[in-house]
Amino acid sequence: MSNPRQNSGGALLSGITKLGHRVNDALQRLGFAARFFVMLLLHSGQSFRRLHLTIRELYFSGFQSLLIIMVSGLFIGMVLGMQGYETLQRYGSAEALGVLVALSLVRELGPVVAALLFASRAGSSITAEIGLMKATEQLTAMDMMAINPIARVVAPRFWGGVISMPLLAALFSAAGVFGGYLIGVVFIGVDEGAFWSQMQASVDFRYDVWSGIIKSFVFGVAVSLIAVFEGYDAVPTAEGVSSSIKSTVVQSALAILALDFVLTSFMFREA
Amino acid sequence: MSRKLLDLWVGIFVALGLAGVLFLALKVGNLSAGNFADTYQVTAKFANIGGLKVRAPVKSAGVVVGRVVDIHFDAKDYEAVVTFSINERYHFPKDTFALILTAGLLGEQYVGLDPGGDEKMLQGGDVIAQTQSAVVLESLISQFMFNKASEGPSE
Repeated sequence: MSNPRQNSGGALLSGITKLGHRVNDALQRLGFAARFFVMLLLHSGQSFRRLHLTIRELYFSGFQSLLIIMVSGLFIGMVLGMQGYETLQRYGSAEALGVLVALSLVRELGPVVAALLFASRAGSSITAEIGLMKATEQLTAMDMMAINPIARVVAPRFWGGVISMPLLAALFSAAGVFGGYLIGVVFIGVDEGAFWSQMQASVDFRYDVWSGIIKSFVFGVAVSLIAVFEGYDAVPTAEGVSSSIKSTVVQSALAILALDFVLTSFMFREA
Repeated sequence: MSRKLLDLWVGIFVALGLAGVLFLALKVGNLSAGNFADTYQVTAKFANIGGLKVRAPVKSAGVVVGRVVDIHFDAKDYEAVVTFSINERYHFPKDTFALILTAGLLGEQYVGLDPGGDEKMLQGGDVIAQTQSAVVLESLISQFMFNKASEGPSE
């Protein structure tokens, strides 16, 4: 029988040791991620010189996400139309429905929800692909053949994601506005002229639409970077790849929402 | 998949995305022809601007003719200096009256321009001399209360 006091002291000590290890690991990983990002940018030239590499990734992460993005946008717009009408008609201003739908989509929902969908649709598959390449030692083989895997595999996937994201977010918002129009004007019967004209009167291109595009570009960089990094840094086993995919989705979601808060507080502050 | 087919699909994707941006700019936003028009800037001093904000509309006879571009405080005269840009198409006489009005009872505030009868027109950089401040609801109510109280118990 050991002394219980000494025992609890030992547990405390090992707890602190574990905490220290975790902090140490996390910082090391952050440092590696930063170094990885710089290497990625330095080796990006090839993904534009050999454009077909990037175009292939645009197809896989951009074009193939079109359906889910547009259908989700349409439904979100329709829900906004229904809920917005429900509340606005109580105050006798159902004509402001267009403003409500357009502003909430263009400023917030478009970039954020499109990025979340993109992270789970395209980001996870990028991580899986790169992680599996690492697990089956294809990346090492490339290195052996004097092909830089960052330039050949990682950078095109990164740029494919960065270019796709603003386009997808714009399409998401456009589909959402159309969904709001469908519910508000076609089904409920809000006046069509007032719907569009009030929308145009209060949505400013530079202030609202442009900020939304910048937001989605930043989200694109964050999601793509997380996806390629998690794949490149995956533990090369089946279990390791699966946990990398999981952390791509989790970290992307956290990064998107945190960045959204920061960007919103910069962009939409009344003077 | 052959490279040509891949290029085609990606081309469709990019074209669709750009069409989405264009839709947001032209149909949802206000980047239509009128927004690119040349403007000239005019300033006006108000004793109180109430809740007027930058980007608020400037209207004359109910039609939007410009936007507020800058509001700052003049520490010398203790007045608010409001700068607005007016569309080059519209010209107003020099003795135009600038008022701060409210859309509806609780709506947003905007600048109203009441044209005067002067022969000379406002130029860029001019200052509108005659202004009327925003009606502040609180001071209106307190004035009303004060008047009621000073009437005293008449019965």
